[in-house]
Amino acid sequence: MNNLIKGETGDWEIVIGIEVHAQIVSNSKLFSSASTKFGGEHNTQVSFVDAGMPGMLPVINWVCVEQAIRTGLGLNAKINNYSIFDRKNYFYPDLPQGYQISQFKQPIVGEGSVTIDIDDKKSKTIRIERLHLEQDAGKSLHDQHPEFSFVDLNRSGVALMEIVSMPDISSADEAQSYIKKLRSIMRYLGTCDGNMEEGSLRADINVSVRKPGNELGTRCEIKNVNSIKFIGQAIDYEARRQIELIEDSKEIDQETRLFDPKKGETRTMRSKEEAHDYRYFPDPDLLPLSFSENIIEEIKSKLPELPDNKKERFQKEYSLSTYDSNLLVSEIEIAEFFEAVAKGRDPKIAANWITGEYFAAMNKLDFSIVDSPVSIDNLSKLIKLIEENIISTRIAKDVFEIMLENNEDPEEIVEREELKQVSDSRELEKIIDNIIANNRDQVEAVKLKPKLIGWFVGQVMKETNGKANPKLVNDLLNDKLN
Amino acid sequence: MAEFSNLSIKETISSLKNKDFSVSELVDFHITSMESGRELNAFITETSDIARKKAIDCDQSYLKGEEKPLEGIPLGIKDMFCTKGVKTTASSKMLENFIPPYESTVTQNLWNDGAILLGKLNNDEFAMGSSNETSFFGEVKNPWKNIKGNFTVPGGSSGGSAASVAAGMGLASLGTDTGGSIRQPASFTGTVGLKPTYGRCSRWGIIAFASSLDQAGPITKTVKDCALLLNSICSYDSKDSTSSQKKIPDFEKATDESIRGMKIGIPKEYEADGISKDIIEYIEKGKEWLIESGAEIIEISLPHIKYALPCYYIIAPAEASSNLARYDGVKFTHRVDAENIIDMYEETRSQGFGDEVKRRIMIGTYVLSSGYYDAYYLKAQKVRAMISKDFKEAFSKVDAIYGPSTPSTAFELGDKKKDPLEMYLNDVFTVPVNLAGLPAISVPVGLDRKNLPIGMQLIGNSFDEESILSIASCIEKSAKFDLNPNRWWINE
Repeated sequence: MNNLIKGETGDWEIVIGIEVHAQIVSNSKLFSSASTKFGGEHNTQVSFVDAGMPGMLPVINWVCVEQAIRTGLGLNAKINNYSIFDRKNYFYPDLPQGYQISQFKQPIVGEGSVTIDIDDKKSKTIRIERLHLEQDAGKSLHDQHPEFSFVDLNRSGVALMEIVSMPDISSADEAQSYIKKLRSIMRYLGTCDGNMEEGSLRADINVSVRKPGNELGTRCEIKNVNSIKFIGQAIDYEARRQIELIEDSKEIDQETRLFDPKKGETRTMRSKEEAHDYRYFPDPDLLPLSFSENIIEEIKSKLPELPDNKKERFQKEYSLSTYDSNLLVSEIEIAEFFEAVAKGRDPKIAANWITGEYFAAMNKLDFSIVDSPVSIDNLSKLIKLIEENIISTRIAKDVFEIMLENNEDPEEIVEREELKQVSDSRELEKIIDNIIANNRDQVEAVKLKPKLIGWFVGQVMKETNGKANPKLVNDLLNDKLN
Repeated sequence: MAEFSNLSIKETISSLKNKDFSVSELVDFHITSMESGRELNAFITETSDIARKKAIDCDQSYLKGEEKPLEGIPLGIKDMFCTKGVKTTASSKMLENFIPPYESTVTQNLWNDGAILLGKLNNDEFAMGSSNETSFFGEVKNPWKNIKGNFTVPGGSSGGSAASVAAGMGLASLGTDTGGSIRQPASFTGTVGLKPTYGRCSRWGIIAFASSLDQAGPITKTVKDCALLLNSICSYDSKDSTSSQKKIPDFEKATDESIRGMKIGIPKEYEADGISKDIIEYIEKGKEWLIESGAEIIEISLPHIKYALPCYYIIAPAEASSNLARYDGVKFTHRVDAENIIDMYEETRSQGFGDEVKRRIMIGTYVLSSGYYDAYYLKAQKVRAMISKDFKEAFSKVDAIYGPSTPSTAFELGDKKKDPLEMYLNDVFTVPVNLAGLPAISVPVGLDRKNLPIGMQLIGNSFDEESILSIASCIEKSAKFDLNPNRWWINE
C-alpha cells in the first residue's frame, strides 16, 4: 500500500476526513409532517414549521430517530440514548428559521467504524467520530428571474444524518471506497437511498498534506461534493494544489472550498476570517432526545445482514472468491439477486455469470439490477442448462443474448434454436473420423506440434454449429490423434 | 349599562343563562367600551364584526341550552397569539401586516369553549418590556392615573391585556409571561394575572420571545375568573414538545378550598430594600389575613434568587436573538429593498425592530458568541438550575410562597423609558418564577398613597396552581379591593 504522492521535494502523504450528509429515508421531515418526496413542484411540500412561521414549533419524527439508531448500529457505533438538539444560527435566504436544528455537543451516535477493502487481501478500518441528526435547508434558485432569486422550501426540514469520519483516509481511492461502503451499508439498512444525483448523499471533504511522519498540515474543506467521481478528482486536485503551495514556500489558508466539476478544480468559497460563528445552544423548543436501551436492542434485533457479514458468509457458504463476494455484496439488490439465482444451482457458476456476462450486459444496456431485463427464474434456468451440460458456456452466451431481448425462457430458446449440446460420442466420432480422413496433412502436422489439435476442435465445432460438447471433442481427438 | 361592566365572567354566565341579557347585548356593550376607550391604546386590532357575528351563534346556543363553558364571553387577546385570519403583529413594525393562516392552540381552546374574540391587544414589542412603551403601535395608558392626575404605565409586556380588563373592555384577556409580563401589569392595573406552570399551556402559535420561559395565562377581574379561563386554556398539545401531559384539575374548585393548615413561606431575601413602604405595609396586612384564615407563615430562604435578574437577562435575550432571526425580510415580514442580500437583512432588521428588541438581540448574540458562551450563557444555565433547586427545597417545607408582585406600583409614562436597567429591576420578584418554570398569580390587595393598585404574588409548586388559587381567593376576599378606576377616558 503506497499512497504517497511525489513532489519536487520528496514524497507527500494525504490526510482526509469526510463529513457525509445522508438524507434519511422517511416519508415526512425531521420536525414536521410535510412530505420528503423528491422532485415535487416548488414549495408544495412545506409545513408552517418548515417555513419558519411565527409561533410554529418543531416536533421530533421518531422514524428519523430510529433510522439514525439503525445507521449507528450498522457503523458498529455507540448509541447515545440521551442526546441534545442544538440551534446552529446563521442567516441565509433558504434557511427560514434563521437557524438549523442540529446536534452539537451531544450527538445521538458516538464512535464507530467502517471497514473498506484496499485490495483482495487487505482491508482498512476508517474510524467514525460521530453521527448526528439535523435538518436540511431549502434551496435558492438564482436562474428563474432576471432580478430576483427564489427560494424553494421543499427540502427545508428534511432529516439528514451527518456522519463524520476521523482523518483516517489516505487517498482518493480510499475516500471513494469509504463513500461506497458507507452508501452500501445505509442502503442495506434502508436508512438512506444513497442517491447522489438527487442530493441524498453529499460529502464535505477535509484534505491536508504532510511529509510522512510529520505533524498534520493545514486543512481545507471542500464542500458539498456530490459524486464518487468528483470526490476522487477533488481530492487529487486539492492535494496537488497544497503540495505545490508548500513547495513554493507559500502558506495554505485554512478555508472552505468548492469543487468545480467542469474545470476539475477547487476554488475558495470562504476564508477562515469569513467563517460563521454559529452560536450553538440547546434548542429550548425540544426536549433532550432520550430512549431506553430496550429500543436500541429491539432495533438491533431487526437489523439485516450487513455487507461485511454477507461477504464472509458468501465465501464460506458458496466458496466464492474475495473478489466475487465483494462484487456481489456491494449492493443489497445484487446480493439478493445472486442468492435467488443461485438457489439450487452451482453457486460458482451463478456468481461467474452474474459478475461476468450479466454485469457486462447491464452496463452495456444501461440497466440496473432492479429493472433487470432477465428474470431471476430464467437466469437460474440458464445456469441449470450449463450445469447439466445441456448447452456449452459458449452457446449459453448466445442464449443469454436472446434472453436479454424479451426475457424468454432459456429452455424454450434452446429447444427452438436446436442448441442442445451434442454429447453423443458416436455421432461425434463419425464427424471426427471424417475430418481426419479428409485432412491427412494436418494429422501429420499435429504429431509434430500437439497444439494444432485446436484446429481439429474448430473443425468439429464448425460441423456441429458450436453445439459439440467441447470436453468430449477434446477427449475423442486426443484418443484418435495420439 | 353599568351592570355589564361590573360583572365577573362567572356572574355574566349565570345572567346569560337567566336570559337577563343576550350575548349580542353583552358584546355590543364591550364593543362600545372598547371604542370609547381608544385613548388608552389597549387594542391594536378591534374585531367587532367577528364578535357580533359570533354573538349571534352564542345566543342560539343559550336558547338551545347547548352553551359551552365560556359561551359568549368577549375576550381581548394579546397580539403575541396568532389568530387565524386576524392580523397578529407582536406590536412590531416587522409584523405590521402579518395575518396568520393558523390559530394558536390556547386561543383555539377558548373559542372551542364558546368565548368571543373582541380584539387584539397591544403589548411591548415582541413582549420585551415592562411598561408597554416599546410597542410600535404606541404606549398603552394605565386606566389608573396617579394621585397627581398623571398618566401611568400599565406595566408590560401584557400592558394592553391588563389595561383592557381594568377598563372593562372585554371581560378578561390573555397575556403571555416570560419574566413577569402577566403578573406585573396585573399588579399595576388592579387585576388578577396568573402564569401557569411551564408546560401547562401549549406555546404552539404564540410568537416566541424566549421559548424556555414563555407561558400563556389569563388576566381577569377575579380569582375565580382566572380559574375559569385556566380550565379552558390548559391542555396537552402534541404540537408543542414542551407541553405537559399531567392531568389538568378543576381549577375553579380550588378557588373555594379553605387554606386552613396550609404552610405559606415568605422568603427572607424579599425584605431587601427597594420595596416601597406602602407595599411593605400591605405585605404585613396580607400576612395577617392569611393567618386569620388558618394558614401558617414560615420564613424560608431562596439564597440564589439575587442572581435571578442577571441570569434572566442572559437566557431570555439569548433565546430571543435566535427566535427573532426568522424576521429577515425574506418571507412574511416587513422588507426594505436593497442592492444585495446582506444590505436587505440589515436595513430590514434596523427598521423593522425597535430599540429594546435590538438591544436584546445584541445582548443575546453576544452571550452566545464563541468565546463568551461559557462565561455567560452556560453560567446562567447553572445559576438557573440553582434557583430551581432553591425553590424545590422551599417547596419541601411550604405549600406556596407569598410576597409582592413588584417592588413599586405603576410609574409615570416615560419615567423609566431611558434607563433600561431600572426598567429591568421591575421584574425582580417575577423573573425567578419563570426561571424555575413555576406557577404564580398576582392578586390586587389595595391602593397605595398615590392611589395606584398594589398586587401580591403567590408562587406555587410545579403543577400546583390549585394552592395559589385557593390562597389568592382568600386574599381577594379579605382585601375587598374596589376593582374600578375612575373612568376618566369616557367623560370627554
